[in-house]
Amino acid sequence: MSNEIQLTIDGKSIVAKLGQTIVEAARDNNVYIPTLCDFKNLTPAGTCRVCSVKVDGRVVVACGTRVASGMVVENESAEMTDTRKAIIEMLFVEGNHMCPTCEKSGNCELQAIAYHYRITAPRFPFLFPKKSLESVHPLLMLEHNRCIQCRRCVRGIRTKDGKGVFAFKNRSNNIELIMDKSRADDIDDELAAAAANICPVGAIIKKGVGFSTPIGERTFDKQQIGESYGK
Amino acid sequence: MGKKITIEPITRVEGHGKVTIKLDDDNNIVESRLHIVEFRGFERFVQGRPYWEAPVLVQRLCGICPVSHHLAAAKAMDVVVGAGEGNGLTPTADKVRRLMHYGQIFQSHVLHFFHLVSPDLLFGVDGDPATRNIVGVAQQFPELATQGVMMRKFGQEIIKATSGKKIHGTGAIPGGVNKCLTKEDVDNFLHGADPLNIDKMISWASDAVELFKDYHLKNKKFIDEFAYFPSNHLSLVRKGDGALELYDGVLRAVDADGKIILNDVDNQEYHHHIAEGVKSWTYMKFPFLKHLGKEKGWFRVGPLARLNVAEFIPSEKAQREFELFRAYTHGKPNQSSMHMHWARLIEVLHAAEEMKRLLLDPDLTKGDLMTTGTRKGEGVGIIEAPRGTLFHHYKVDPQDHITMCNLIVSTTCNNEPMNQAVNWVARNVIAGNEKVPEHMLNQVEVAIRAYDPCLSCATHAMGKMPLKISLEDQSGNILDEVIKG
Ligand code: SF4
Ligand code: SF4
Ligand code: FES
Repeated sequence: MSNEIQLTIDGKSIVAKLGQTIVEAARDNNVYIPTLCDFKNLTPAGTCRVCSVKVDGRVVVACGTRVASGMVVENESAEMTDTRKAIIEMLFVEGNHMCPTCEKSGNCELQAIAYHYRITAPRFPFLFPKKSLESVHPLLMLEHNRCIQCRRCVRGIRTKDGKGVFAFKNRSNNIELIMDKSRADDIDDELAAAAANICPVGAIIKKGVGFSTPIGERTFDKQQIGESYGK
Repeated sequence: MGKKITIEPITRVEGHGKVTIKLDDDNNIVESRLHIVEFRGFERFVQGRPYWEAPVLVQRLCGICPVSHHLAAAKAMDVVVGAGEGNGLTPTADKVRRLMHYGQIFQSHVLHFFHLVSPDLLFGVDGDPATRNIVGVAQQFPELATQGVMMRKFGQEIIKATSGKKIHGTGAIPGGVNKCLTKEDVDNFLHGADPLNIDKMISWASDAVELFKDYHLKNKKFIDEFAYFPSNHLSLVRKGDGALELYDGVLRAVDADGKIILNDVDNQEYHHHIAEGVKSWTYMKFPFLKHLGKEKGWFRVGPLARLNVAEFIPSEKAQREFELFRAYTHGKPNQSSMHMHWARLIEVLHAAEEMKRLLLDPDLTKGDLMTTGTRKGEGVGIIEAPRGTLFHHYKVDPQDHITMCNLIVSTTCNNEPMNQAVNWVARNVIAGNEKVPEHMLNQVEVAIRAYDPCLSCATHAMGKMPLKISLEDQSGNILDEVIKG
């Protein structure tokens, strides 16, 4: 039996491999579904909800849902686009994002997705939560104002002997990223850079490198997010 | 029963000004004051932020000269990261930053003169307010207006090439720059299609100086006497030879006779020599030289002060104009507020010549960008912004957070001088008048505009300057009210 199946995304028929997630299948077929918490080989966490699509009338996260034969996926419908924009806007108002002075600007996936959807102002009121900028390591700062709790760092950053470095404390509105200080000695330049890079926003800062990439050379100066996908 | 005239220009958010003039029963001036409500929140705002954010964050203080703040903050942080002052940077970083700075001086001075000041000169300070604006200039002197627009564009393109954006770029970072220029950039600036090339800019800058000199010749009394008052003058000069230096130098001041009263002070030591006084009626501080005290120690900054303090200008054409400028006051400091425009245009010419010199330098397109060194907990960066000396002072903790920020902006330095200029207008133009016609009010603004476009530019640039003038008795009853706009 072939492990290839057929499904449709926005009416377009595509072929996917059994066991793939909708996001993976879409990517292989040149269809853009925006993601934030989903990252390369990490187990999907489904924390950001930005990849929300409608399958058989139900809203699901595309990064955590496996394809099935004959599946009908609604990705870019007016309704799903609006839902997605609302989710992105919530991510903005729940933090304190000042893009003009943020060193992640131009390399930030949240900002890039907001540009992609031409979001100019959120429909929700800003919550202006009281959050801080914390120096946690000689090489690292955590800018809690910008963390979207995607857990990419929690899942993806490990010391050489495989121990996690980041975690969350508290729940709900008080949730906050922490760094395990007992791992401090294991964080070298390379791991610090990897931590800053895995963060889709400017919440993990590698000290002293801010703004060293000139405008024009930043990731999304060269190509907007989702732009490499054909229609 | 005394009276009070209030002039309240509705201006841009970063600087809001109001003038009050108190008259006694015979319409003699009792006192005049310029109140500037300045937004000082930035000093608090940057506290706790990482030090490398300062150059990007603090430039948002000003929409007209953000590059000056960007560079002053970067210079302070050069000291913090141990790259040293000015000459500690790599040749490429130093030259890219200088080019950025001269592009900024060029475009800001051009905006100041062509867009904001030329209407007063071309139509007269008492000209019809309906045409006495940049729109009127564009209609009646289209060539001049085009020059203003294209020169500004050239300066902005220089800023974009060096900082990534025409406004609020990121080029300067602690210890250096994040980019150098491409050969194409340089080629474009040197040989671009007319008029956007450096030779055209130099020739137009020369024309602008001539235009002013010609106007001066025909309007000697006004240009020489309007808002004239003696003062001290302070500026950076090049270390060693006292040449005009806008990007990095030592602090020098001269008194009204030209005697040196502050001799080549290192940037990091500024606070031993300069203090800021406060007065009950304004939030804006009054900087002064400590050893002379508040009463005698205030000084002017900006183009006039720079040309009064400098020994010479290290560029050929500007130096020739500098010699004429200095000869006019027999080598003594020039005290005429309106000569600020003369000095400004000589600086436009100097900036154009400097840009050409830098554009011809191969370091601009290759070489190391960054310098590192031993971290320090504190840094001062001083630069000559278009409007005058600008001080940035930061303390940074070992975890890289900014813990203290002190900014002394050019407008603050010129606080007392602008008050003096307004006072001159009150005593020489307004005194003895029961009603204050538009042209008199405009002269208050002409006096302020000589120093600072930020207080009066935004609305004027659009061809309108809404003003509220109220004549009050001492109990605050409005006797007369005029709305100009
Ligand atoms: S993290 Fe991204 S969205 Fe947030 S301020 Fe920075 S650039 Fe903007
Ligand atoms: S720090 Fe960055 S990677 Fe980690 S949870 Fe927050 S946003 Fe995600
Ligand atoms: S990418 Fe799917 S939930 Fe975040």
